[in-house]
Amino acid sequence: MDFGTIFSELAAGMGTTVEIFLLTLLFSLPLGLVISFGRMSKVWIIRTITKIYISIMRGTPLMLQLIVVYFGPYYIFGMTISSSYRGTAVIIAFALNYAAYFAEIYRSGIESMPAGQYEAAKVLGYNGGQTFFRIILPQVIKRILPSITNEVITLVKDTSLAFSIAYAEMFTQAKALAATAHNVAPLLAAGLFYYVFNFVVAMLMDYAEKRMNYYS
Amino acid sequence: MNILEMKHVKKDFGDTKVLKDINLSVKEGEVVSIIGPSGSGKSTLLRCATFLEKMDDGTITYVGDPVVTSVNGASVYGSKAQQKKACSYFGLVFQNFNLFPHFSVMKNITDAPIRNQKRPKEEVYREARELLAKMGLSDKEQAYPCELSGGQKQRVSIARALAMKPKILFFDEPTSALDPELTLEILKVIKELAQEKMTMVVVTHEMNFARDVSNRIIFMENGVIVEDTTPEKMFSSDNERTRSFLGKYYGDAQ
Repeated sequence: MDFGTIFSELAAGMGTTVEIFLLTLLFSLPLGLVISFGRMSKVWIIRTITKIYISIMRGTPLMLQLIVVYFGPYYIFGMTISSSYRGTAVIIAFALNYAAYFAEIYRSGIESMPAGQYEAAKVLGYNGGQTFFRIILPQVIKRILPSITNEVITLVKDTSLAFSIAYAEMFTQAKALAATAHNVAPLLAAGLFYYVFNFVVAMLMDYAEKRMNYYS
Repeated sequence: MNILEMKHVKKDFGDTKVLKDINLSVKEGEVVSIIGPSGSGKSTLLRCATFLEKMDDGTITYVGDPVVTSVNGASVYGSKAQQKKACSYFGLVFQNFNLFPHFSVMKNITDAPIRNQKRPKEEVYREARELLAKMGLSDKEQAYPCELSGGQKQRVSIARALAMKPKILFFDEPTSALDPELTLEILKVIKELAQEKMTMVVVTHEMNFARDVSNRIIFMENGVIVEDTTPEKMFSSDNERTRSFLGKYYGDAQ
């Protein structure tokens, strides 16, 4: 079995892996910001609920969360789950999990901003929303980018956990292929794929960091 | 006419009474310096005047508009719209500049007038260029704050405040983060503004500057105004506390 054949067999799975990756970021990055607001809320009850949420999401295995999100509707609510729900469950579980991590990263960035930036904005007549999105958030993004890169790279590798609910992303396919062909080459190919994927991600994030280097 | 009138201002931080019944009024064109030891409440007073700090009691009136009133011994702030209007009357220059690091010098100056005051872009840019020329920073339009010296940063922040066309400009220890040379640079700018009859309140530790530029000097200590008088009288005051605070400066008012 040559690598060409393996890659063409795994191509569909690679597409699915990239899809999980992109959709997870699309939902978890904004959701994480909302959760970080909850975490920093002045209202005790909101703050406590988000704290518990983050604690559970970080404190239990993502694989277990995947299983709960996928089978939960049946076991808890007796709903019939169709197999098309599998992909949705993967995205829901990943987005909820990663949002918790991103929330803490946002919070660290937001809390590191000096009060003077808010004060200057207030005196210059910026309202709350403008102050956050025009003055604070752009600076926060620059500060937290290295931590975000870390999470994003972990996400690339974590997509393989979708295997636990038999979702046909690349790792699931590679494992099946390896089993039928009695050959580890598909798994090595999978490893190479993740490495190249992450290499590209790291390059893009590095580029983004450099783009924001025009100020300090 | 009084641009600013603050009456019976009281402010506590927990058990500490930071401002105890302060009265301050500033007439149009007047330059008032506030001096006093650290922890005397000078900066807090300025922060109350600019709504960065909420007063417990007392009133604030800007250009005849009462924006904070006192009801049953507690300050009552006007509506958001009233506060926003009052905000348009003043500008504030911070000790640490607080420029927006991700904006160029030009954008730092023009963003608020264009976005928040909805003034025409061309007009704002033209005025910003005039202000930069006045500050001797015409070549720094496209620079970012991190590329500037402390003195240059402070001049940009003065230009940023002036671009909002305030009726009164507050300075909160504008030179405390600067070395002596850069301090002179900033004091020169403030002097020029004084000559143009800009109404200003300056919290400062620069006694020579306070004496040379102000119409009035206020000496604060422990949350009260000890003396509020002309520079001449301040520097030849009979008050023992004033004399000891002014120390080596005392008696050399000419």
